[in-house]
Amino acid sequence: MSAPAVTEIHEYEAVIVGAGGAGLWAALELARNGIKSAVLTKMYPTRSHTGAAQGGICAALGNLEEDHPEWHMYDTVKGGDYLVDQDAAEILANEAIETVIELEHMGLPFNRTPDGKIDQRRFGGHTRNFGEAPVRRSCFAADRTGHMILQTLYQQCIKHGVEFFDEYHVVDLIVEDGLTRGVVAYRIADGEMHIFRSIAVMLATGGFGRMFKITSNAFSLTGDGVALAYRRGVPLEDMEFFQFHPTGIVGIGILLSEAARGEGGILRNDSGEPFMERYAATLLDLAPRDVVSRAIYREIRAGRGIGGKDYVHLDLTHLGKAVIDSKLPDITEFARVYQGIEPITQPIPVTPTAHYAMGGIPTTVESRVIMDEHNNVLPGLYAAGECACVSVHGANRLGTNSLLDILVFGRRAGRSMTADVRAAAGALPVLPAAAAEPVRAEMEAMRGRHRGENAQHIRLELAAAMMEECGVFRTRQSLEKMTHTLRELRARYANVAVQDTGHVFNTDLLEAREVGYLLDCAQAMVAGALAREESRGAHFREDFPERDDTKWLKHTLAYKAEGGPDLKFKPVTITKFEPKPRTY
Amino acid sequence: MQIDLRILRFDPERDDAPHWERYSVESDPMDRVLDLLHRVKWETDGSLTFRRSCAHGVCGSDAMMINGRNRLACKIRVDQLGRRISVAPLPGLPVIKDLVVDLDGFFAKYRSVLPYLIADDEPPADAERLQTQAERARYDDTTKCILCAACTSSCPSFWAQESYIGPAAIVNAHRFIFDSRDDGAHERLEIMSDKDGVWRCRTIYNCTDACPRGINITRAILEVSSAAVETSG
Repeated sequence: MSAPAVTEIHEYEAVIVGAGGAGLWAALELARNGIKSAVLTKMYPTRSHTGAAQGGICAALGNLEEDHPEWHMYDTVKGGDYLVDQDAAEILANEAIETVIELEHMGLPFNRTPDGKIDQRRFGGHTRNFGEAPVRRSCFAADRTGHMILQTLYQQCIKHGVEFFDEYHVVDLIVEDGLTRGVVAYRIADGEMHIFRSIAVMLATGGFGRMFKITSNAFSLTGDGVALAYRRGVPLEDMEFFQFHPTGIVGIGILLSEAARGEGGILRNDSGEPFMERYAATLLDLAPRDVVSRAIYREIRAGRGIGGKDYVHLDLTHLGKAVIDSKLPDITEFARVYQGIEPITQPIPVTPTAHYAMGGIPTTVESRVIMDEHNNVLPGLYAAGECACVSVHGANRLGTNSLLDILVFGRRAGRSMTADVRAAAGALPVLPAAAAEPVRAEMEAMRGRHRGENAQHIRLELAAAMMEECGVFRTRQSLEKMTHTLRELRARYANVAVQDTGHVFNTDLLEAREVGYLLDCAQAMVAGALAREESRGAHFREDFPERDDTKWLKHTLAYKAEGGPDLKFKPVTITKFEPKPRTY
Repeated sequence: MQIDLRILRFDPERDDAPHWERYSVESDPMDRVLDLLHRVKWETDGSLTFRRSCAHGVCGSDAMMINGRNRLACKIRVDQLGRRISVAPLPGLPVIKDLVVDLDGFFAKYRSVLPYLIADDEPPADAERLQTQAERARYDDTTKCILCAACTSSCPSFWAQESYIGPAAIVNAHRFIFDSRDDGAHERLEIMSDKDGVWRCRTIYNCTDACPRGINITRAILEVSSAAVETSG
């Protein structure tokens, strides 16, 4: 069967790729400003992974106790082990308040305090008065805050008439002569190529956790936007920083929210000891995720995992049925469904799970994509959310700050696009000739190859190796081994064949393409991790266990190049908080 | 353990009609049906087609009919089903390919109930609206909906009358009608009182049985119809 030769061309002033929180809030902003825009998603918007976020969204509302944006900013900077750009963190903490209030005004069903205000709870690394003790900062809707955010934003987009192209899989970014001109999308229903010609293109495609074997990430999180930008010459920032969340379901990685510990849950080892006392004397179980994940692995390595095995217990049994049912209903159901555990009476077996990419497409605080170490922007391209790196999370993200990031910087992307579209006064960029042909040729080669490698086998091997060699603990040796493995996998990937040669809903073909994105992201990650000879936040080198501010207080930029990524560096923006030793 | 897995397959580019295919799949009792589908797709037949994303019951992508009941493939374990498992697309919706159904009509009905907050008064400038815990609890159940379509496609009234708005749309109307901050109840209840609205429900409870989020859908529908009676009276 030959490919349909038709390529439909659509014209919009702005195009958004991805329909999670960042994309939807940007779309809303554009719609309110009367910009003709389209949202493209490879799924339906309500399937986006924003909906899986559980615990909450932090804002210093001070509804239950004293709190200030400056405390929130400090926690974010320290949580990120001082690799955070502090101008961005200040914006994040300040705009958190109006963002949460606006969500409530949009109809988000937050839990309420007895006097009817938005309820708030404790969360890892969020403290009062610069680290004194945990503070109640996380605004929440039971343990499905992300679900409520996704639903509320989608509802508002419907209200404002946002145009959606559901199940359009974006497969290329059109950039020529230093200007963004649009995207190429593959319509999943029938395999037709569609070009979206546009003044402004926003990438909001989320993370790439599927490069790891045990992950909380959806199958859809394959780094599409990150890899497409990378292939078009955009460097990727701080890719070596990838967060492992401490409490995933053993074996499958489904997340059990930090809200469980925010409500008082305790991690215990084989002897029942609440071992976090030995690792973080002040914040205990509410220390940041990188600290807790390493502590769990150290317990396991010392033979103190449950029954000597590779997991520990998350104990909620002392919280009581009422608290569990009203504040943690979903995650307790996960334990029941996926482990056969009753959390009201039994401790839950947990192990760290690959969760969040701190790194990604570099952007300014206006969510414009940066294309070099001098902070020059690529006109017409924007990014926000997990695919982007602004950088508010630095070397390690605090819980709840991802929901905040997508909303604050998604909204800023919408505003920047509005301004730039208005400045362009309706003049759409000229498309290169046959703009869809390069990607069509790549995909047809994969579809037409009758014998070759199984892309899913490559993905499984990648995920197993990354978990082993580039996970919570890393060494030069493990990273060199991974570099070699990646070279082999990439060579095999060049010869991938798919079994499904049809045009209708060909997920075999699209999932094979996604594996290529994961390989790109993994190469940038491993190159950064190998170069960075220090330990900072989520990046822990056993051969360099200390943070080294003299040499490494800087962001990594990985450019795609023949023979492996080319690394450059740029300084960290420090405004209010000088780097200090990080203890909890 | 070895599972005898039967899947209703249909490829519009090859087949005239859907047909069952059998696969013998090695499985752990704690595996989910989604794991079995992946095993077939990755090891045996790459053309097997289904939607999935989060794989833990919150995104709503992989609703399908499993052993005669609508469920999420990622939320039902092999040990809950036994050694013989059959998987078919959601009933009552047009099949695109294998287990993938056309959801455009389903989402159009969702959009038709004005599924967004309609508030007459301006909210306070720098603060949240207040809502008591009891007011918040009033509509909690229906906020859980993930729009997976398991309920609507399990409903005999929907099978009989495709234009029926269906349980999922009513659930989402309920979520706003009973929200103390919302002023759009009257408008929504008019939509609900249409001939294809809430009156087509025959309280068969299939929807409530099918809901993977445990929403008491039949109760929500009855609450909406009671409100519709009060409004029209």
